Amino acid sequence: MATQMLPFYDRVEDALQNSTLQHALERNMPRFVALRAQALNKLIDEAALRDQARAIRAKSLARLDELLTRLADTVEARGGHVCWATDGKAAGQYIAELAQRQAVKSIVKSKSMASEEIHLNAQLEAHSLEVIETDLGEYIIQLSGETPSHIIAPAIHMTRQEIGQLFQEKLGMEPTEDIPTMTRTARRVLRQRFVQADMGISGVNFGIAESGGMVLVTNEGNADLTTSVPRIHVAIMGIERVVESLDDLAVMLQVLARSATGQKLSVYTTFLSGPTRPGEPDGPEEFHLILLDNGRSRILGSAYAEALMCIRCGACLNACPVYQSIGGHAYGGVYSGPIGSVISPLLQPDVPDVHQLPYASTLCGACQEACPVRIALPDMLLRLRGDAVQAGKVAPGEQAAMTAWQATMNNPALYRAGGTMASIITRLVGGREGVLKQLPPPLAGWTQHRDFPTFAKQSFSERWAAQHGTDEEPQ
Amino acid sequence: MMQPTRRATLFVTCIVDQMYPEIGEATAVLLQAQGVAVRVPRGLTCCGQMALNAGFRDEAYAVAGRTIEVLRGQGDIVLPSGSCTAMIRHLYHELFHGTPHQQAAEALIGRTYELTEYLVDVLGVQDVGAHYAARATYHDACHGLRYLDLSRQARTLLAHVRGLELVPLPACTECCGFGGLFAVKQAAISGAMLQRKLANITSTSADLLITGDASCMTQIAGGLKRNAAPVQVRHIAEVLVGR
Ligand code: SF4
Repeated sequence: MATQMLPFYDRVEDALQNSTLQHALERNMPRFVALRAQALNKLIDEAALRDQARAIRAKSLARLDELLTRLADTVEARGGHVCWATDGKAAGQYIAELAQRQAVKSIVKSKSMASEEIHLNAQLEAHSLEVIETDLGEYIIQLSGETPSHIIAPAIHMTRQEIGQLFQEKLGMEPTEDIPTMTRTARRVLRQRFVQADMGISGVNFGIAESGGMVLVTNEGNADLTTSVPRIHVAIMGIERVVESLDDLAVMLQVLARSATGQKLSVYTTFLSGPTRPGEPDGPEEFHLILLDNGRSRILGSAYAEALMCIRCGACLNACPVYQSIGGHAYGGVYSGPIGSVISPLLQPDVPDVHQLPYASTLCGACQEACPVRIALPDMLLRLRGDAVQAGKVAPGEQAAMTAWQATMNNPALYRAGGTMASIITRLVGGREGVLKQLPPPLAGWTQHRDFPTFAKQSFSERWAAQHGTDEEPQ
Repeated sequence: MMQPTRRATLFVTCIVDQMYPEIGEATAVLLQAQGVAVRVPRGLTCCGQMALNAGFRDEAYAVAGRTIEVLRGQGDIVLPSGSCTAMIRHLYHELFHGTPHQQAAEALIGRTYELTEYLVDVLGVQDVGAHYAARATYHDACHGLRYLDLSRQARTLLAHVRGLELVPLPACTECCGFGGLFAVKQAAISGAMLQRKLANITSTSADLLITGDASCMTQIAGGLKRNAAPVQVRHIAEVLVGR
């Protein structure tokens, strides 16, 4: 938690110096990448399925208003309640008031990035409501007081040893590094909570406009309990997560599971359709669907609309060499990796150094290659950098260096004068000094890890001109 | 020399021009040996990538706009860089959309090629008759790989080089960590990525690392030198002119 309060560059340093984190990343990341690759290779026509998935997402966004209205109408017709929440505060307020009205004391939650995004637990705790995470990874980070470091594997930054110690401290478990023992311990505690809870809060992977149903995919089955045991169920869904039909859903579920965990389908695919109707054996008495905007409609109308195609599979994080190097917490927000670097500045433009995130990429394109819906993440990262510069968010000296660069590149005589690149690079690097006082002198940034080559005595163009003259005839 | 049948403008890129002139020369020699008449326009400087990459769109636009004008005309344009070729072919669309340069930019995009792609896919060459004695491995530079679909072309050309033993590089498609100003702005992450790349390279026990982009060369060669690893680094054009 403390790490996330630090400026971006310090968080990165911390992450790179943290040997436990590095160990966890080294162990966990390659597995994800390999599983995804195997799962997709098994498909007869991976490319076609991904194209289809992308087309479905594009269609959903193009008709978002209509599909959401249909979804909401169907939910209400079934006796459910719908809340259109413009932001996280509105969503939190709605749930807190509902809980108070219904005398709710204890809440269980299954994994939901939307709820993380709006810091729902903190909001509810401020109303003296007790919220327990029931996804194992989420439960672990709730116990350790952290935020998720990965979209689908929230505790991936931790080693088995660390989790064992945490359970020993917080749950009084006997010292062990045995995973089944830890899982059993968590299950015992959580079972108790499920029985006591009067409200269950879940996310939504996809809302189906046509049928008014909502789908949750998990591998632990905790969502089944969260949404059926407590008497009230609240589902939070980002407004972009709607699909039109069951056919569309079938395609999305296939690419989601394969991209996320390398499974053909997740272990549990839970269909929710609102409050229990007469004759149904179980389910909640009351159902509330929260449609969370929180900046999404603003993104929809911008040059970044494509980011809303995201189905939060996490494949771009796993594929990203920067994420592999620093893990999720260094990004500072709830969403990490390439998609986090795109949506964090869009969802929370006011967070002080959030504009640095788009620079945390070499634009290598591995994310777009891995993305099941082929979101052009590098292009958007580049666009966000342009926006940051346009908004004047530049390091001291950087503008001067770029102006000098432009003048040089557009004036061949100056360019030919030699040493121009060297001097510009030096100035650019020098320009960073102002922002990064804690870091070693800027040039050391490069030379810490590698040597820098010397510039050629005579450039290619000079050599060519000397040999072939300055006329422009082909040689 | 055979009678020239095609004309090509050689755009060596600013980094090759100023830091690795020998790569520019090797590229010219390679093209001429295939019967291509090579022209190097005076005053050609940079594709503008460094500024665009850093978010300085106006500066990138000014420099790239001038480059478009210098490159106006007929014939193919060949660059010994997947990254700068991708800048033109992929990013010029958006950079010049709705501007006075738009038409010229689109025309340029249509006749611009990366070197290995030009040799294999356009000229239909597989064997350039090179000889280069080394145990080598190949790093796929990201932009060429993902925006131009480069991968097979270099391997085809290298497979025909006599004396060259090409061994696979583990994680050959993983970024070396250069990323333009990323290497400076995010030096620590860049360094961590570089170390992974270096470990993969040394694991092959190759004595030569070949790649198609001078920027990756700078990063990787700098790291190998720092680690005192006995591995040479060459641009593919230099290997293909080996005799
Ligand atoms: S951007 Fe693509 S790869 Fe990344 S989480 Fe979203 S859907 Fe998955």
